[in-house]
Amino acid sequence: MLELKNICFSAKGETGGVEILRNVDLTIPNGKFIVITGPNGGGKSTLAKVIMGVEKPTEGRIFLNGEDITDLSVTERARKGISYGFQAPPRFKGMKVSDLLSCAAGRTLSHDDGCKYLTQVGLCSREYIDRDVDTSLSGGELKRIEIATILAKGGNVMIFDEPEAGIDLWSFSRLTGTFESIHRNTDASIVIISHQERIIRLADEIIMVSDGRITEKGPVEEIFPKILANTTGACSYLEEA
Amino acid sequence: MKELTEVQKMMLQKVADMAKMPTEGAYNLRLNGKGFVRHSSEHIDIVPKEDKPGIDIYVKEGTKGETVSIPVVIDQSGMDDLVYNDFHIADGCDVTIVAGCGIHNCGCDDSKHNGIHTFYVGKNCHVRYQEKHYGAGDGTGGRILDPQTVLYIGEGSEVYLDMSQIGGVDSTHRYTKCELDDGAELQILERLMTHGEQTADSEVDVFLNGVDSRCQITSRSVAKDASKQVFYPRVQGNNQCFGHVQCDSIIMGDAKVRSIPEISANHVDASLIHEAAIGKIAGEQILKLMTLGLDAEEAEQKILEGFLR
Ligand SMILES: Nc1ncnc2c1ncn2[C@@H]1O[C@H](COP(=O)(O)OP(=O)(O)OP(=O)(O)O)[C@@H](O)[C@H]1O
Ligand SMILES: [Mg+2]
Repeated sequence: MLELKNICFSAKGETGGVEILRNVDLTIPNGKFIVITGPNGGGKSTLAKVIMGVEKPTEGRIFLNGEDITDLSVTERARKGISYGFQAPPRFKGMKVSDLLSCAAGRTLSHDDGCKYLTQVGLCSREYIDRDVDTSLSGGELKRIEIATILAKGGNVMIFDEPEAGIDLWSFSRLTGTFESIHRNTDASIVIISHQERIIRLADEIIMVSDGRITEKGPVEEIFPKILANTTGACSYLEEA
Repeated sequence: MKELTEVQKMMLQKVADMAKMPTEGAYNLRLNGKGFVRHSSEHIDIVPKEDKPGIDIYVKEGTKGETVSIPVVIDQSGMDDLVYNDFHIADGCDVTIVAGCGIHNCGCDDSKHNGIHTFYVGKNCHVRYQEKHYGAGDGTGGRILDPQTVLYIGEGSEVYLDMSQIGGVDSTHRYTKCELDDGAELQILERLMTHGEQTADSEVDVFLNGVDSRCQITSRSVAKDASKQVFYPRVQGNNQCFGHVQCDSIIMGDAKVRSIPEISANHVDASLIHEAAIGKIAGEQILKLMTLGLDAEEAEQKILEGFLR
């Protein structure tokens, strides 16, 4: 179980501190499938980075299965089972897809094991396993390899930041199938940051993050209609103006 | 039968992937300035030079799929070794040449090896040349390598040079010169790592003389601590040709790196590109590997390993 208590985060802007997260309280029980959604710039990725330890909260505490992990490093959190697939993953000159997957798994993966993870994200493994994770990969390919590394790493809290971004329709259904199967077969909490209706509909719970706060929270049936109402509301407002 | 010491075997493994001396094929091991063992094969003749130190290697026309290994090992402190190796590769050959030099210096005098390799590559050949340089030993004496590689590449031949200096060499000055005929193709991959107070500089001159000749020079280097590196890859297009130079360096600590690629065209259909970049390891890359459970040091190690592979 992951618990965030009163998390605040501010970054240094040109005119002093900019508040990016404001008093976020959140509990994610084991085995839950959660989707975080909300407008661009709302603070979703920042929230994920605070959980991973990439950003240190200016206030508040984070607990993993009851243990206070607020002061632990990224590496320590990773070893305790927190995993985070970046929204914009970096590229590596000279590192092969198979190397990256082995790093993630924490052991040298066999060819077949490496390929298995690529297949789960809809990549033809034969073509990719020996490729370099460099600028020769397309955006969608890189993104799917990033997701595959998270699958190879596993963990008890797995966060995926907009996994659907740049991914084609065929791979997309393969990917949602993979998320569903992790959800069915493991006790890991899955947190997906997404703007995609088809992913949002998979969730046990939806969390709306907007302006650095959690503004809505609840089961899909309850929250999804509100999201739709909100977006159409914004449109008609625009039309009127 | 003369025996190698454990240190010599270890150096041989490092520079030529040879755990022991080969028992077949063509090879020549040079040890502390003298020929140690030499063997010619049916298609490849190795003949010692009479007028100066070194060997002539003759690869007969149409030789396919053979390897020649000519490693050099020095483990005597104070050794100053100069050697001329000439490769005469006849038309239509497909061969791999494994060169390399390991210096193990436990003494206080400088040990030095200058290998001057000249290749005369005929027409329609495929030649792979692999050269590894490595230094070890805890003496105060320097480990110095100043290799020269000169290639004349004939019509329609493809040559791949894979040259690396993987550590432990205090000072190196390397010079590589290649002249390409019609339709010839050259690929150079150079990898270099320096640490401590080491210095390395590498000069490359490629002359694209033939119509439709092509070259790709890729240089990857890591400069650590207070080491210094300088690169001068130069490509001259004298015909309808294509050339690409790419230098990429990772800089760390108090190191200094200069990268000075030069392309010059003397023909309207010459197409030449150069790219050079120097920078430290991207923070994002380290961070990514840390989120996979590596600590900062392990992450750095992994990134460098991949970069220099
Ligand atoms: N280090 C920083 N310094 C200043 N501002 C920052 C910093 N990091 C994030 N921000 C700002 O904080 C806000 C939240 O950013 P965040 O990346 O968390 O948004 P998001 O909800 O993930 O958006 P998107 O849907 O576009 O991915 C943005 O306005 C962003 O510009
Ligand atoms: Mg984001």
